[in-house]
Order: sequence, then C-alpha cells, then structure tokens
Amino acid sequence: MGISLKVQGSLYAFLEGVRDETPLLFAVVPFGVIYGITALEAGLTKLQAQLMSCMIFGGSSQFAASKLFAEAAPWSVIVLTVAIINLRHLLYSASVAPYLQELSFGWKALLAYLLTDEAYAVTINHYQKQQEHSYGHLYFLGAGIALWISWQLSTAVGITLGKMLPPKWPLDFFLPLTFIAILVPTLKSHSSVIVALVAGVSSLLLYELPYKLGPIAAALIGIMSGFVLEARRRRP
Amino acid sequence: MKVWLVLFLGGILTYLTRLSFVYLFGLWEMPLWLQKSLRYVPPAVLSALIAPELFIRSGQFLISFENMKLLAGIVAIITAIFTKSMFWTISSGVLFMLISDILTKYL
Repeated sequence: MGISLKVQGSLYAFLEGVRDETPLLFAVVPFGVIYGITALEAGLTKLQAQLMSCMIFGGSSQFAASKLFAEAAPWSVIVLTVAIINLRHLLYSASVAPYLQELSFGWKALLAYLLTDEAYAVTINHYQKQQEHSYGHLYFLGAGIALWISWQLSTAVGITLGKMLPPKWPLDFFLPLTFIAILVPTLKSHSSVIVALVAGVSSLLLYELPYKLGPIAAALIGIMSGFVLEARRRRP
Repeated sequence: MKVWLVLFLGGILTYLTRLSFVYLFGLWEMPLWLQKSLRYVPPAVLSALIAPELFIRSGQFLISFENMKLLAGIVAIITAIFTKSMFWTISSGVLFMLISDILTKYL
C-alpha cells in the first residue's frame, strides 16, 4: 500500500511536470527546427548538428556556435562564446539548489543536465508554490524530459528539412531574425535595454577585432555596463 | 575535428555551470554583484551578435534604405515588441524581405 502510493505520487508529479512544460514547447519546437536547418547550413554534419543538441542542449548558444562555425571562427572563440552565453545557468543552479539538497548525487547530476531556461521557469514556480517537496524532483524530471525530447526531435526535423531545402537558403537573413526573437523578450527593464544598446554599439566598434572576438568582447562590455548601473543604483 | 572539440568543451562547460550550485550548495554563496550581472548576459550577448548582422554589409557600416536587412530587423524588433510572438517576429522579417525583393525587381 505504502509503496503503491509512492509510485502513484511520483507518477503524478512527473506527469504534472510534463503538463506544465507543454505550453512552452510550442515556442521551443520552431526554434529547434530552425536550429537544425541553421547548423547544416553552417557546415556541420547531420550527426554533429544533432549531437550539439544533446551535448550543449542550450538553444541560443547553439545558434551562436552555428553562426561562428559558418564564419570559420577559431574553436577557442566558439567555446568561449558558448560558455559565456550559458553562464546564466549559474543563476538557475543557485536558485533550485536548496530544493535538491536531499537528493543523491545521481539525481543532482541528472537534473543539472536538464536545467534549461524553460525547465527552470516551470520548476522554480512549482517549488515556490508547493509546501511539500518530496516529489518535486519528479516534477522537475517531467518538465526537463518533455523539453529534452522536444528539442531533440525538433532538431532532427530541422536537419531533415535542411537536407531538402535549396542550397541557397538565406541563413544570413534567418539568424539575426531568430536572435531578435530571443532578445526582445529579455529586455524587461530599462537597464537591460541600456545593456543591450551598449553591447550592440560596442560590437559595431569592435567589428574589426581579429578571430571574431568582437561580439564576445562587446557582450562583456555590455555586462559590465549593467554591473555599473546596478552599483550606481544601490548608492544613496 | 574542430567541431567535435567545440561540442565536447562547450558541452562540459555548459553542464558545469548547470551543476555548479546544485552540487556546491552551502559551500559558497553567490555574491549579489554576480547575481545581478548574470541577469544581463542574455541581452548583452544577443545584441552583440545582432548588431553587426544588421548594420555591416560586406565589411562596411551601412545605414540607408538600401540596407534591407537592417530594415527587416527593425520590422522584426517592432513586431516582437507588439506581438511578443517568436513566430510573428521571424515571419514579419522574412515577409518584409520577400516583399521588398519582389518590389525592387519588378518596379
């Protein structure tokens, strides 16, 4: 009886996670498809394009990497760019950490792999609403796996479509539009708009930097300007 | 080879940032300045990637009505602000490109 109740509770939490993640999948799937097309266009093989979705599993960093591959940037610059874009996961990691402390290392390792923007958004909301967290990790697992499967499948669809598209598919039109679609929703405050402007202008000024270092140097300047804004605000 | 190296190192670094505090909880508290700065990472990186795509045409800085990509980008930004929809953001930019392409060819 006790065991079957536990199984029931676990399954319920898992399915709840899947259910709450579902609305976000409508936004994720088109991105996955466009990513698959973009990665092939950038010169990656089908296998590399698909494995990037498994190994990095972070949409905007995968788009940025594809862009840099297409421009023949050095590998070190591409790795640096991916690492910096994904630094924001430190925030998510710190934010869910208190809820995962009772779990084994295996669970922590698995859930960390599934800790994407979309899974985080749904899971942290669940943790903050619930008083009782004994099945929280299964909710997280449900949300994370729903997203993982959608991302892998939509990548595969994009790769298949990419093979069928005419060879002169205008990647250089699609990529900036995709980045705009990701950027605009992140501009939630005045300071984030200022940060984006500083980074954009710096990127134009630093365009001539060697090794395609311009954008990433500009991004760091933008982040620093955000930090300065925060420091000024706190001063009386 | 280069691609595999990027996938491997990029994958490990991304995974470590995700695992970081989940694993190290209690050992180190993230300072407030770092928390605040991390929130600016996505707008800064994305904007730095977009700007050259829109403003620089064949190596030259170009603000003019001939720079269709810049105009398409502006259309997409305005659409993104008003619709908050990824689908319409990308579609509006693409539609703008297609229509302006047809107009310049046949008018």
